[in-house]
Amino acid sequence: MNRIAATFARLKAAGEKAMIPFITAGDPHPNLTVDLMHGLVDGGADIIELGIPFSDPMADGPVIQRASERALVHKVGLRDVLAMVKTFRQSNQTTPVVLMGYLNPVHVIGYPQFARLAADAGVDGVLTVDCPPEEAVELSAALEAVNLDPVFLIAPTTPEARVREIARLARGYVYYVSLKGVTGAGNLDIGDVARKIAALRQFIEVPIGVGFGIRDAETTRAIAGTADAVVVGSRLVQEIESATPETAREQLTRLVATLKAATR
Amino acid sequence: MSQYDFPDARGHFGPFGGVYVAETLMAALDELKAEYARAKADPAFWQEFNYELKHFVGRPSPVYHAKRWSELLGGAQVYLKREDLNHTGAHKINNAIGQALLARRMGKKRVIAETGAGQHGVATATVAARYGMECVVYMGAEDIKRQAPNVFRMKLLGATVVPVESGSKTLKDALNEAMRDWVTNIDSTFYILGTAAGPHPYPMLVRDFVSVIGEEAKVQMPEMIGRQPDVVMACVGGGSNAIGTFYPYIDVPGVRLLGVEPAGDGLETGRHAAPLASNAPVGVLHGSRSYLMQDENGQIIETHSISAGLDYPGVGPEHSWLKDSGRADYVAVTDAEALAAFHDCCRLEGIIPALESSHALAQAVKLAPTMAKDQAILVTLSGRGDKDINTVAGLMGLTL
Ligand SMILES: Cc1ncc(COP(=O)(O)O)c(C=O)c1O
Repeated sequence: MNRIAATFARLKAAGEKAMIPFITAGDPHPNLTVDLMHGLVDGGADIIELGIPFSDPMADGPVIQRASERALVHKVGLRDVLAMVKTFRQSNQTTPVVLMGYLNPVHVIGYPQFARLAADAGVDGVLTVDCPPEEAVELSAALEAVNLDPVFLIAPTTPEARVREIARLARGYVYYVSLKGVTGAGNLDIGDVARKIAALRQFIEVPIGVGFGIRDAETTRAIAGTADAVVVGSRLVQEIESATPETAREQLTRLVATLKAATR
Repeated sequence: MSQYDFPDARGHFGPFGGVYVAETLMAALDELKAEYARAKADPAFWQEFNYELKHFVGRPSPVYHAKRWSELLGGAQVYLKREDLNHTGAHKINNAIGQALLARRMGKKRVIAETGAGQHGVATATVAARYGMECVVYMGAEDIKRQAPNVFRMKLLGATVVPVESGSKTLKDALNEAMRDWVTNIDSTFYILGTAAGPHPYPMLVRDFVSVIGEEAKVQMPEMIGRQPDVVMACVGGGSNAIGTFYPYIDVPGVRLLGVEPAGDGLETGRHAAPLASNAPVGVLHGSRSYLMQDENGQIIETHSISAGLDYPGVGPEHSWLKDSGRADYVAVTDAEALAAFHDCCRLEGIIPALESSHALAQAVKLAPTMAKDQAILVTLSGRGDKDINTVAGLMGLTL
């Protein structure tokens, strides 16, 4: 069993849902990322989604755009991100790490080569936002060949036929985008999400995570009522923005702890 | 010669094109694809499209023999396809009308667009006014500075112009922001994409709507000179005026297709926006796979061109395919060369060309003298240069 499956199995046995924080690798400084990852785990993170900085983050709102920009000031590339994961793995062999980003930085390395490097670094899953299943055949095959999970998005606009197709291809978990919009938007409708998750369960066997627009413990609790995992990104990135390099880790740990408590 | 038949059902031109977007947009793109398939088979749709092109745009646009210039160059005869004479002053209106008619068929009351030089923004604002639609145009803050007259035109036409402050503050960033708007307002909004790039079906439908350029020329050239030209040329930003010129000629043997990209300060300086001519690697941006200016980490490189409409790191996927298949060639001319051609065109022919189009003209200046006097070059003059007079004055050290 890989780390993602093991994590969901452990949580299920404990009657908990997964808390998945997102931060962008290299934000605010590449030297801090591994430390911040450990800080997320200290707060109770079950899985870490680590953003790959990209110059043109089309699916992201201003907060995560700024995180990418801060990382790119230091020229953080995907190979640097993999090196960070490798360092993280030296002292953490249990918390799954899922890379999240855009396809081009992966494409430029080449899918099989990237998959090997990612597996070697200790990555567990990969979500490329701008690569829907139609275009993901080669990348998914390369990832699965080294036992990495290709994680796919499902949106409120995804029709049933596509949901079935995504269900067939998904590994690890699927990520349900809770609203029509970019990351960090404010138009989340909890009732709507709950209904949608219930409908998705008919087709989807892997755990269902929900993200985009979840900002606090109260919403986390509500979403955790139906979903298997709750992803929080922009709110954590804002915490990094408001912190100093000295306080960032501690602030993240505290915030994740309140969110994790809402998934128990 | 086998029939050229691209893209395939999933939007691929060989290894290029495709649909590389976030899941939220997939259903909308499928809907657009389905609606376009219905429209394409509906004679009433084309009847209305052609009516608009004739009565609102003023088509057909003439082909004009640039006689004095040709004589001076001393080689091939240069003919200009006058898209500058279209209503709103560029080829962009052809595409904007086609997409607005699709939007209306789909019941969308709000349209959005990205714009670089402002020509596509003006075209979209124009058709939105004409069809009574709400219109929001995203434009890089840098481009808003260089294209002030077009910004005001859009406002006069009732559009909201949103300055984009992210990234390089140019066309690619405007496209990012338009995508973000679209994903947020997917139910109410039609995205009128301004060039032959983006996710399928955009490169195909933009091509189809702009192909009126080449279709007309194919009839006009034999009327003028008794045959088709030896070379057909156009400038390439995202590639819409070029593909609109080339597409009807792809299956015509003996006609050389030549795309002209902006070399900025010179290809060797790295400060340009010429992914094809500079042999950039293949990448994925804005919904499709194509040649793309990027660094070793796959980050998109900031581009440079004197012309805002060509200042884009990618290129429509069909041009990548035409390059690889050898059917078209792509070269680049510098800012300085384009500017010289701009002035020549003003003085010798009495036409103020857009800076974008001046790139194609500059290549004709290089090519014509190497050809025989009885040969013919057709250059698509994609737009007029009224919007550029502030930029050119600035370069001459003047303020207007
Ligand atoms: C007059 C003119 N020509 C050319 C272009 C470049 O676009 P494309 O390559 O899509 O024709 C523009 C874009 O703004 C333009 O305004």
